[in-house]
Amino acid sequence: MTIRNPLRDHGQRYRPRIACLKKAEKVLLEMQDLKTGVKSQPQRLVITTIPHAITGEDIISWLADRFQVDTQEARSFGSMLVALGYIYPLQDHKRLVIKPDASLYRFQTPYFWPTQQWPVEDTDYGECDGSRSHFISHPVTNTYTFPYTIKAIYLAKRNIRKKGILELHEQEHYNRLHKWMNHKWDFIVMQAKEQYRAAKERKKPDRVVFDCQERAYWVVHRPPPGTVSAMDYGLDRLIDPNADEAKTPDFYARIMIFTQQSIMRPRVKSSVSIGALVKYCATYNSHDPFLSKCLPSNPWLTDDVTYWTLNMPYVEMPTKMRVERWTFSFAELLSDPRGRNDFRLFLKKEFSGENLAFWESCEDLKWGEAATMSEKAEHIYKTFLARGAPRWINIDGKTMEITVKGLKHPHRYVLDAAQTHIYMLMKKDSYGRYQKSPVFKETVKKAICPEEHHFTDAQLEQNAKKRRPSLSPIILRQMEQEQRAKMAATVDITQLCRFTTPVPHLAVYSGITDFPSANASPSLPFLAHSPACPSPISVALDSTSASERRVEAGEGEGEGNPAAQAAAGGNVSKSRMALSLHRLLKRGCTPATMFASLSPKCHSAAGTSSRIQPISPDQPSQAPPRRIGNFFQIKVDIPPECRIYPIESEDEDEENRAASRGGVGAKEIICPWESLTPQNGTG
Amino acid sequence: LQAPKYMRSPLIPEMATQEVQLNETLTHLKTESETLKSKLEDERAKLHDVELHQVAEKVEGLGQFVMKTRRTLKGHGNKVLCMDWCKDKRRIVSSSQVTHFMLLKTFMLLEHAVTMPCTWVMACAYAPSGCAVACGGLDNKCSVYPLSLDKNENLAAKKKSVAMHTNYLSACSFTNSDMQILTSSGDGTCALWDVESGQLLQSFHGHAADVLCLDLAPSETGNTFVSGGCDKKANVWDMRSGQCIQSFETHESDINSVRYYPSGDAFASGSDDATCRLYDLRADREVAIYSKESIIFGVSSVDFSLSGRLLFGGYNDYTINVWDVLKGTRVSILFGHENRVSTLRVSPDGTAFCTGSWDHTLRIWA
Repeated sequence: MTIRNPLRDHGQRYRPRIACLKKAEKVLLEMQDLKTGVKSQPQRLVITTIPHAITGEDIISWLADRFQVDTQEARSFGSMLVALGYIYPLQDHKRLVIKPDASLYRFQTPYFWPTQQWPVEDTDYGECDGSRSHFISHPVTNTYTFPYTIKAIYLAKRNIRKKGILELHEQEHYNRLHKWMNHKWDFIVMQAKEQYRAAKERKKPDRVVFDCQERAYWVVHRPPPGTVSAMDYGLDRLIDPNADEAKTPDFYARIMIFTQQSIMRPRVKSSVSIGALVKYCATYNSHDPFLSKCLPSNPWLTDDVTYWTLNMPYVEMPTKMRVERWTFSFAELLSDPRGRNDFRLFLKKEFSGENLAFWESCEDLKWGEAATMSEKAEHIYKTFLARGAPRWINIDGKTMEITVKGLKHPHRYVLDAAQTHIYMLMKKDSYGRYQKSPVFKETVKKAICPEEHHFTDAQLEQNAKKRRPSLSPIILRQMEQEQRAKMAATVDITQLCRFTTPVPHLAVYSGITDFPSANASPSLPFLAHSPACPSPISVALDSTSASERRVEAGEGEGEGNPAAQAAAGGNVSKSRMALSLHRLLKRGCTPATMFASLSPKCHSAAGTSSRIQPISPDQPSQAPPRRIGNFFQIKVDIPPECRIYPIESEDEDEENRAASRGGVGAKEIICPWESLTPQNGTG
Repeated sequence: LQAPKYMRSPLIPEMATQEVQLNETLTHLKTESETLKSKLEDERAKLHDVELHQVAEKVEGLGQFVMKTRRTLKGHGNKVLCMDWCKDKRRIVSSSQVTHFMLLKTFMLLEHAVTMPCTWVMACAYAPSGCAVACGGLDNKCSVYPLSLDKNENLAAKKKSVAMHTNYLSACSFTNSDMQILTSSGDGTCALWDVESGQLLQSFHGHAADVLCLDLAPSETGNTFVSGGCDKKANVWDMRSGQCIQSFETHESDINSVRYYPSGDAFASGSDDATCRLYDLRADREVAIYSKESIIFGVSSVDFSLSGRLLFGGYNDYTINVWDVLKGTRVSILFGHENRVSTLRVSPDGTAFCTGSWDHTLRIWA
């Protein structure tokens, strides 16, 4: 596969890609100005006098003065001019850099500048050095010839002058060209002899100068192998910059429609939007490791990874700085997994955890794989939106109507309206109260403020020696999955308990309904999905120590008092997390099968330890989806009024809720799947 | 080669009149669209009451920076073309030209080397979970490689071809999950793909030439991304509808790199015209140009520091320039690479940035 178009101009010299050349030429003309340019004088080099030679230090000081930059930058700028062949070195002609001393340079004649408009030819002669061919007409013969011919003539000429002793790469090149253009080699040799003779007739300084110029040109355009070529600009673009684009009326029509739309676009005053940018900078200034101290130390500077360890995604205690960032914006809180957990804990206490769960499910739907998309949409509908759903969310009737209508033909953005509604609700309401809540205050209080490291040089050396690769993200991912599974097993039980009367088979819910919703982040696609995987609950049980298992066992028995057991579970969950990490490390790097099974795809519900019959939506023989739907409807057949609303009843909210209730009741919005699959109704 | 104009001129009179008519319509349409464009500029100018540097006058200046190369990563046998950070802040995936492989590097060590089936692997990306990488280039494809813990395992065997363009792949990026990938290509389009099935979820048409770069909006609520290309335009797209919602055309040359401001309200672009520019999305206009007379070489890659105060630019003259975003001044210039800087990315936690260069090395600066 190649993107080369045979009719393209390989030099692409009008290309803006080498727009730098035009600018470089301008600088060069300034440099050559008799009055203000770089001083030049005839210099003796070996036995010949070279006119208009300049020294490296003069060039650098002129550039530094001209652009008001330091010598290092001036030197780098000068070197680029040399690399592009605008200035060529007289002594060390193969090293295309500027030396800050009295070494001699000369300006290349404009004839050999890279922007010269040589006739266009497209013959890449298959060289392996990757550089491009440049096509020139020769100054002496003034005939347009193929570039390889010119190169061949040049090499032949050099061969004559050097009496057969060429440099190795030149020799190779010469031989290759000879072999390849055998049919006209006589012509080439003749041309070379002609040019050689013509050159001999010139004055000596002229001849030396021309030789130098020509040699410099080839050094730039056919660099010896292994050297950097500034003329190499990478891959050609597909678009031909020289081609005239045929414009159609359609083209203008599209532009005009778009411009019309752009004109109508709402805008913000510059002062407002720029003010926001400035404010953002100020807010995050102390959090930017480039601008302020990074506590305890920047791992790249000290080779000490404490900073990273303290800021792991699911660290037990976050740092002060991290907690501070959660207060900057709601998005910041949600984007940090630790922050989200903290927020979830708060919501749990407020009994409005379904909002976050819904938002996470929507994100999962939006960014998840296409294959399970409609399945997920259905699940979200049943969990959060359907009348009497187990985790029914509070959205206004209009949004609900749009969403339910859209769900008949689910696509990945079908829940956008509802999601935005819930997001704004959390942002405007829960987020504010979270920042004032005891949960947050507790986190702030406990947050770590690490001491700055003061390493001695010896310690730094030690650190550098101790550098070790970190835990693979794959293992971290597995740990994350494990933690999610635990949350599904612990947190969500309380959620349901609050809204329904404690019933013996409650745990079934946590298995089916809440588990995938808590797994808002997408599953790992590359892990195997074993069909006989244990439920997240049982995994959580399996991975706990014996002492904790007792607690879990107590949980299993104490079904009559689920709130209490969940609280107990919550208390131990942190230490359990740390323990399981430890265990995981001990276990080594082999991906354990139990983790492999921890993807939302495995809907199998019942754990080995619980006395619950598995109901899996994946197995219609056991439990058709309809049955679950019915099950829920019966279950949560409590009027929505009975639910605890975390939101202070503002009038507007009250209205919305009333509207939503009315909407559901009056218009009889039925579950889209119920109407789609009536044959499943064998509950 | 096109024939000269007089040769193409039609001999049949009706055709001649038709062509004249068409030309007339085209000129008419052209002037009309020009008027509309100037009207748009007027609209934009109306709300333009203050310049960025004026607002930034009150802001404290930045002190001197000590940024040095902290690591030099060698191992590529050819030009490094692209790199991406893993979310764990210390792993890197990089891709290179001819020797066609990509490397994953840890805090210091080489972890994997994968041989690619093509030369010029121009795009690579780390999945958000850190469990997979995606890359592509002249093979027109974007392939996803799931990573494994087993160092000896042949990753190429597990490769999954996800995206297929009609021309070279110039950039790719995972969206908020491992499940979707956004690609841009030389064929002038961008596209969103489902990783598992390779299904095309959405395509984005609107660039008139090669698309060279893209970046996803950082905020969770915004389903937008920005792309830049050889038509000198930077377009902002709605991922949901596939529509271009904003377009900025002030660069004088190809846009090589675009990057969102960390707040998501603005983005910076780097171009072959040797400038970086900052576009404010809410004000709908360009708000700053970062250029200097002594900088004449193109910008290949740009990225913001964590706070958005610093803009790092990798340049074709082998240097890295650091700009003060608010004041528009250059605060530092870094030397070290011996060839073009091809890619530059700030690490996810902002502790360092990494540059890849055609001199076969990657450097980490802090």
